[in-house]
Amino acid sequence: MAHVDLLIRNVSWQDRDCDLLVGDGKVVELADAGTAQAPEARVVDGGGLTVLPSLIDAHVHLREPGQEYKEDIASGLSAAAGGGFGQVMAMANTSPVNDTASVTRLMLQKAVQAFPNGPWVRPVGALTVGLAGKELAPAGELFRAGCVALSNDGVPVENTELFRRAMEYAADFGLKVIDHCEDPWLGRGGVMNEGEISGRLGLKGVPTVSEAMQVARDILLASYLNLPVHLAHISCRESVELIARAKERGVPVTAETCPHYLLWDETRVGNYDTSVRVNPPLRTRDDVLALRQAVRTGVIDILVTDHAPHAAHEKEVTFADAPNGISGLDTALSLTYELVRSGELDFADIARLWCWRTADIFSLPANRMQPGDPADFVLFDPDLAWVASAEALLSKGKNTPCLDKEVPGRVMAHYLGGEKVFSR
Amino acid sequence: MNWRHKDLLEISQLSPAEIGHVFETAARFAEVNQRPIKKVPILKGKSVVLFFAEASTRTKTSFDMAGKRLSADTFSLAKSGSSLQKGESLKDTALTLQAMNPDAIVIRHWDSGAARFLAERLECSVINAGDGWHAHPTQALLDGFTLSRVWDSFEGKTVCILGDVAHSRVARSDVELLTMLGARVRVCAPRTLLPAAITTWPVEVFSDVGRACAGVDAVICLRLQLERQQAGLLPDLREYAGIYGLAPRHLEKANPGVKIMHPGPMNRGLEIASELADCGASLILDQVAAGVAVRMTLLHLYLTRSRVSA
Repeated sequence: MAHVDLLIRNVSWQDRDCDLLVGDGKVVELADAGTAQAPEARVVDGGGLTVLPSLIDAHVHLREPGQEYKEDIASGLSAAAGGGFGQVMAMANTSPVNDTASVTRLMLQKAVQAFPNGPWVRPVGALTVGLAGKELAPAGELFRAGCVALSNDGVPVENTELFRRAMEYAADFGLKVIDHCEDPWLGRGGVMNEGEISGRLGLKGVPTVSEAMQVARDILLASYLNLPVHLAHISCRESVELIARAKERGVPVTAETCPHYLLWDETRVGNYDTSVRVNPPLRTRDDVLALRQAVRTGVIDILVTDHAPHAAHEKEVTFADAPNGISGLDTALSLTYELVRSGELDFADIARLWCWRTADIFSLPANRMQPGDPADFVLFDPDLAWVASAEALLSKGKNTPCLDKEVPGRVMAHYLGGEKVFSR
Repeated sequence: MNWRHKDLLEISQLSPAEIGHVFETAARFAEVNQRPIKKVPILKGKSVVLFFAEASTRTKTSFDMAGKRLSADTFSLAKSGSSLQKGESLKDTALTLQAMNPDAIVIRHWDSGAARFLAERLECSVINAGDGWHAHPTQALLDGFTLSRVWDSFEGKTVCILGDVAHSRVARSDVELLTMLGARVRVCAPRTLLPAAITTWPVEVFSDVGRACAGVDAVICLRLQLERQQAGLLPDLREYAGIYGLAPRHLEKANPGVKIMHPGPMNRGLEIASELADCGASLILDQVAAGVAVRMTLLHLYLTRSRVSA
């Protein structure tokens, strides 16, 4: 038997009681509970907690460099560690934008300085220089510096020709293009979903077709070029239906959504609650149900947080003035677990949506609970509810609708490469 | 009636009985406004800040005059003269004003929800004098009061609101108030100037002005903001005036005694024919006069309200 230096006794994996054996940073075996023999190993009592593969978040905003008052790489990784995320893909809309190798390297250095054993930052390079949509960013340089994908997230690429060329050029380096799907004209200046509530509140709306038009464009390009495209933060039924049909035809398209689009609808805006101002906006109940179905069936491939931390004073303004974004790393697993409790998903779905499928799409290492996989795992207590108070959130961004609310399930310990990187 | 509301943010906060009370009280203040000496000491020692972050002539003057006629001290603050122009946040401006301990702040602001934002943070009364596209409750109350002076009841009456409903806080508040009082409401505009979910509003929707005005008892014209053409919502102002501007021919099938209203400021010859603005059916100047009486009423009610929380 392979060398075992860590034995986690008495954990639960997909309704099975297990012992987890780890050696040299890798999974050795998932044995039946109480059967593992490892006399040399350090033994940890798992206390019956649920073990999950360490999660991968393919869409976060870490704000460093440039806006460290909102978040910095250390605080963002701290929230990632506590939230169960071992790898986070950091979007390029920093200041300066991550469109050169020097910015990419800075991010990676800062991450290793703060967390030498992980969580790991996986930088996403800009698709166009300065995110300006005028000229291609140096994809090869960004790839060599450590970027794992390219995206203009936050700023849709208006020039379809340029977007086509970006897809083609990125493909030479095996880099996926992640598109922020928003027609640059429909809904310009909108701040919430266009519909009855935007009409009542007197707020400019963003129609669902604003997203779906760009999804359709991207699918057509992916089909024509036979090149992959990954669609970011999908929020509405029309997009889901387009993606489903494209996948049936074998178009290489993948897609993500966020827990907030699966849980909340536009009614949460209430009387101008800026904590739920996001882009794309929260949609209708019908869209929520369509997204849940799409997540269950794999039409939507993965979940992401779109972690977008902001300082408190930035959200304490009128709704139209507030920045978009929800701080998500601390609470993502709890919010997803709400869907497990309500029977919408199960723990296998969590592993698929938050880890395995993400690793497939972006060619990242993942723990599939098989011998030889990296020993990246989380011990999760599904029975422990906690209050998402400002003190409890490790991110600098306290801008979540969950603030001071009770949420279910908590990460109790987090191991990466067999090393404990976080515990409560 | 004990007035227990701290703030006036939108019409839906009020009950029909409370609106009736506003109208009854406004009628008494309207009488005060006809006296040679129009000043009464009801609010002596009270201070009212008129915080108009967006341009206004009639609403601001109306509130100013209303406050002064009740002997309150009124203080004006505009964006151009305030720290908002220096980049101060609305919250900090509000807290600065609060520290001066006024009894009420009347706010107009370009952002929907700005009045609620202040009300949630301030101890004094906040009266919404227009927030973004959201609400203009005092305009709706003065529109309703004006009509109540010529109608015995709103039951069985039909009112057409004509023009840019999508971007109109007046339209939203008028629809709430008129339907609450029992009137039927129609709206008429090109589709580009109607909100996306207009079918969920308690109104009938028209695009033909003549049909929309058939059988109505009042038409409320809305001001067309000229930049709507630049925003791509209209092809041409001349075309708009020819098709959607209220003209005498549109009123041929209206009910006898039909009334014409406009919240102002008017674009004569654009959204309303000049002769209609000045004709005997026009209540436009009555609205202005009613505005002072209604705002005197509101300042009186909110500044002398019962401190027992609702």
